[in-house]
Order: sequence, then structure tokens, then C-alpha cells
Amino acid sequence: MLSRLLSHDLPRSRALAILLALAAIGLLLAPFVFPGAKALGVAAKIAVFILLVASYDLLLGYTGIVSFAHTMFFGLGAYGIAIASTRLGASWGAIAVGFGAALVLSLALALLIGLFSLRVKAIFFAMITLAVAAAFQTLASQLSDLTGGEDGLSFKVPQVLTPGFHLTRTLDGRLLTYYAIVLVVAISFLALLRCVNSPFGRVLQAIRENDFRAEAIGYRTVVYRTWSSVLAAGFATLAGALLALWLRYNGPDTSLAFEIMLDILLIVVIGGMGTMYGAVLGSALFLIAQNYLQELLQVAAGAASGMPAVALLLSPDRWLLWLGVLFVVCVYFFPSGIVGRLRLQAFRRG
Amino acid sequence: MNAASASMPAAAGVPKPKFDFVPLLLVVALALAALPFIRPSTWVTLTVAGLAMGMIVFIIASGLTLVFGLMDVLNFGHGVFIAFGAFIATTVFSAMSGYATAPALGPNLLAVFAAMLVAMALAGAVGLAFERVIVRPVYGQHLKQILITMGGMIIGEELIKAIWGPQQIPLPLPETLRGAIAIGDAAVERYRVFAVVVGAVVLAVLLFTLNRTKIGLLIRAGVQDREMVESLGYRIRSLFVGVFVAGSALAGLGGVLWGLYQQSVVPQIGAQVNVLIFIVIIIGGLGSTLGCLVGALMVGLLANYTGFLLPKAALFSNIALMVAVLLWRPQGLYPVTSR
Repeated sequence: MLSRLLSHDLPRSRALAILLALAAIGLLLAPFVFPGAKALGVAAKIAVFILLVASYDLLLGYTGIVSFAHTMFFGLGAYGIAIASTRLGASWGAIAVGFGAALVLSLALALLIGLFSLRVKAIFFAMITLAVAAAFQTLASQLSDLTGGEDGLSFKVPQVLTPGFHLTRTLDGRLLTYYAIVLVVAISFLALLRCVNSPFGRVLQAIRENDFRAEAIGYRTVVYRTWSSVLAAGFATLAGALLALWLRYNGPDTSLAFEIMLDILLIVVIGGMGTMYGAVLGSALFLIAQNYLQELLQVAAGAASGMPAVALLLSPDRWLLWLGVLFVVCVYFFPSGIVGRLRLQAFRRG
Repeated sequence: MNAASASMPAAAGVPKPKFDFVPLLLVVALALAALPFIRPSTWVTLTVAGLAMGMIVFIIASGLTLVFGLMDVLNFGHGVFIAFGAFIATTVFSAMSGYATAPALGPNLLAVFAAMLVAMALAGAVGLAFERVIVRPVYGQHLKQILITMGGMIIGEELIKAIWGPQQIPLPLPETLRGAIAIGDAAVERYRVFAVVVGAVVLAVLLFTLNRTKIGLLIRAGVQDREMVESLGYRIRSLFVGVFVAGSALAGLGGVLWGLYQQSVVPQIGAQVNVLIFIVIIIGGLGSTLGCLVGALMVGLLANYTGFLLPKAALFSNIALMVAVLLWRPQGLYPVTSR
């Protein structure tokens, strides 16, 4: 049953299985084990990022395409919900309309970019997506009538999802939203897992390993690459919509910023490219680090206050520096990230 | 001499490839096409501004395109050198504040040139380290290259923040480079003329090195066919390191100019300019120096014209230009053969 659910792509390492189980249980029990609004917020963000990063892994890890426009699709989903909810009022209909419109737009854009630029080298695609994403970000902040510009949009959600709604004494609307997000993420993650373990996923991996040979065997690599990028865009849109529903706010900094794109890249590489499970471990580690590592660095900086240069590098604002170093080290020494490392160890032992 | 040419009869029969003027004419056409929509005096101002911006972008992008042409390495961390150069300029200016704020041209230029030299030297040194630590281990692996140079950019930006702080630093122009000169009705800012002149000098040095020296010959040959040059016994690796360092130094120089152009610097300046220079080298044809120049000038001019006519469309104009160029010539304006 479990094996079927995971598309027969099991963790293949005891340590990895334990870590994944911990992550899953942690997400499920987060509201009860880690009390407080901040902890719940971090948990919800981890869930959203699992989906976002897993969809990016389909692109980067499985197909070997580097795209810098992934946050554009993420942002489209978030803006879809935000704009529709602001214009049409808080209703399920508005959410459906907003998400539907965002999804259609995302898929069309991904198809267009893919057909236009996936015929040529990976590097070319990377540069084009970088430019398009930058243009989109400018567009979002300039169409301030529609998107609220730099300030973003705060909007209302259906009453069931608000903190004021109480199903029972402990189960309020906030928790309901949280579990809805976790459920959607779990289903989508399993769908992605199914996707990469299907014959289609095999072709994607063949293209990643050697696109020339894949083409020679008779697969239209352009078509497969484009499909992969369209699929990834669709799931990223979904993730964006979930984030907007959770925050009840959306602005350029929460969903479109280039920093988020860098975060996704860091998570995929540190977690493990081409493993899907890397998205789960990576997101959990990264977001916990993002929210709590700064406090740890504060302590370290205090300890190193005798040496000004070291203290400067250890200051809590420089936490991204250390993740950047970790990122580079990962690309060099563990190209398949944490998950790949754990699997390799298990393979050698067994 | 005669004997040599006689022994190679084939060489005489090969027609010299015709120089492709069309992209160059395109720049002129672009400038003329904007003329009917703008008053002539404003047009002159905008055109000079566009040329200045184009020249600065060219200085920054030329290193990147050569590095790509020679070794197939696309450095996503190129922006770090730009930011580094700009921040060095702030330090040099504050160290030489007496020269920078004096109301005489001589000391002002001295300060600017000192900033440029220091920025070039240090950016080149950082480039050497960057090549050694970040780029060298991942030759020939495109995916890792993109990732690792991006990682290098994150680290570089954070280090800049650690050294100079995360806030915006003003970089005021020296006294005599401020203000505008009146040419007829048109007001032309002094600094823009200065930037065009510096850009022209860099272009001349670059063209001379590439076309008239042996190193330039080897670089051009390497861009065309690396393996052939290697098989003739030249070490293309050390040549590449040299080009990488020179490209980084040029980016540092461009950073100084860009910082003065904006009159302030932020650590994110590198990432911002990165988008622009990628568009430029795609338009020009990856690896082509001349294409890079034409692309930079077109982007600079178009950005200024649309910034005046339709401010909201300014960034899209670059994307639209790129799409239009690629529809016309999918490999860029000056495609590099063998790619």
C-alpha cells in the first residue's frame, strides 16, 4: 500500500526513511507539538515550499533544465487568489476563478517560453527565463491598480478559513486552513512522485543524462522538455495559491522576489537534485534555518565578539552567506545532496 | 612573401568574408526611427544618454561574452564584479575626498581614474580567485556551472554586505563632471560624454588587442575552434584565465561607471545589471564582441527612448527587442561559427 502510494520509489535508506517520517509527522502534529503562531507559520511555509521545490526538482533535477522563472509561476498563483478575492469578495467562487485564471495563464506562459527557447542550449533557457522573470516582477509592481504595487494586497478569505471560525474548541479556521494546505501538498507531492517514476519521467531523466542520445532513440526532446516545464509551472502556481490563502496577503516580496528563486535553488541542491524527497528534507531544514539559525548565529557572534572580523561574518544578517557556502560545497562534493548522500551510504553498507 | 603566397594557392582563391553591416545599420535605424516622435533637442539628449548607457553596458558585458565564447563558461556571478567595482569606487572616493570634491577638472579626473584603476585591479584579483575556486572544478558541466556561479554570486553579495554594510551608499559625481553642456537647444550631461569617451577608449583597446596582437589572434581562434588551437600547441587554459581576469577587471571598471551613472550603489546592483547584460549578449550572439557592442548600444538607446515615451514599457522594450532579434536571427546578430 505504502509502496504503491510512493510509486515504488522508496527512500532506500533507513536514515532517510526515518527523517522523512519525522518530517511528515512533524508537519501533521505541528499545531499541537510546537505551539505558537510563529511555529505554525513556519510549518505552513515548509509545506508550501515542499510543493514549490518538488515542482522545481522536476525541472532541474529530473529534466536538467535551469529556469529562473519559477517564482513567476509561484507569484501568478498567489496573485490570482489575491486579485480575485479583492475584486470579487471573499468566497469560494473567487478562489476558484482566481486560481483557474492563474493556472491557465501560467500554463500558457510556460508553453510559450518552452517552445520559444527550449530548442537550444540549457544556458540559453536559463538566461531567457531570468530576463522574463525580471520583466514580470516589474510588471507586477507597476500595475499597481491591479496588484497593489509594492504594497501588495491584503484580502479576506471565506469565513471557514478565518481564525474567527470555530468547528470545535481547538479546531479553528486557522488550523483548518493549515490541514487543507498539508493535504493538498501531500496529494500533489505524491502526484509528482508518480510523474517522475512513470515512463514519462524516465524519458526526462534520459534527456537529463544525454539529450542527444534521447533524441536519437526517437523521443522529441523539445516536446518532453516543454511538458516538463509546463507541469512544473502548474504545480508552482498551486503552491503560490496555497501561500496566498495562508497569508491572506500577497506582494512582490512574498512570492515574486528573486531571493525566493535563490532560496528554491539552495533548497533543491542542498536537499538533493533529482530525488523529490530532497524537497521535503531541504525545505524543512532551510526554513527552520531561515527562522531559527539567525538566533544561533547571534550566540556565535556574541562568542566571537573578541575578533571583529569573525564577528562580522557571524552576524545574524549574514546567515545567507553560510548557506551559500553550503550550496557551493554541495554542488562540488554532494551533487545529489543530502538524500543522495544518505542513499549512497545505505547502498554501500547493504 | 611572394613565395609564401605562391605556396598557398588556395588562400588566394578563398574570398574574404564580407563584413556584415546590417546590424550596425540597425543601431542607426533605431536612433532615426525615434526622431519623429521626439523633439530634436530632447532627441540629442536621449541619444547621448543611450550611447553612454550602451557603452557602460558594453564594457561590463564584453568580458562575459568573451569568457563564454572561449571556454563555454557562462558566469552568472559576473554581477559580483560589477558590484565590487562600484563599492571600491565609494571607498576610493571617500579616501580621496579632497580630490573628488575640488572644483577643478584635474583633481576630479585623478580621483575617477584612481577609482577605476583600483577597481580594475581588485576586481581582476577577485576574478582570478573566482576562476580558481568556483569555475575551474566544473568545466564542461553546464548545469553545475550555472548553479555554482550563482552560488558564487550569493556569497559575493553577502561578503560585500559584510564589508560595506547592506544599505545604499551615495556615490556623488565629482564637481566638474556634474551638470550639462548646452549644444544648441539640447542639454547633454557632462558625465555621459565622459562615459562615452571612456567606453570608446576601452573599445579601441579591445579591438586593437583582439585584431592586431598575437594574443588577440589566439583568443579569436579559440572562440572559433578551441581544440584546433590546442592541437597547435597553445595553452588555451592559461589564455582563458587571462581572459577571465580581464573580463572581471572590465566588469569592475563598468561597475565604477555604472555606480557614478546611478550616483548610488546597493549590494544588489550586480543582480540588477546581470539581467541587462544577459539580454545584451543574447542579442549580440553569444561569444561575439562586435555583437555585444551592437546589442549594448541598441539596448541603451531603446531604454532611453522608451523611458521617455512610454516609461512603463521600459523593461519590456528590452525583452521585446530580444524576441524580435531572435526571430530574425535565432543565433544573435553576429552568430559565432561552430556553435
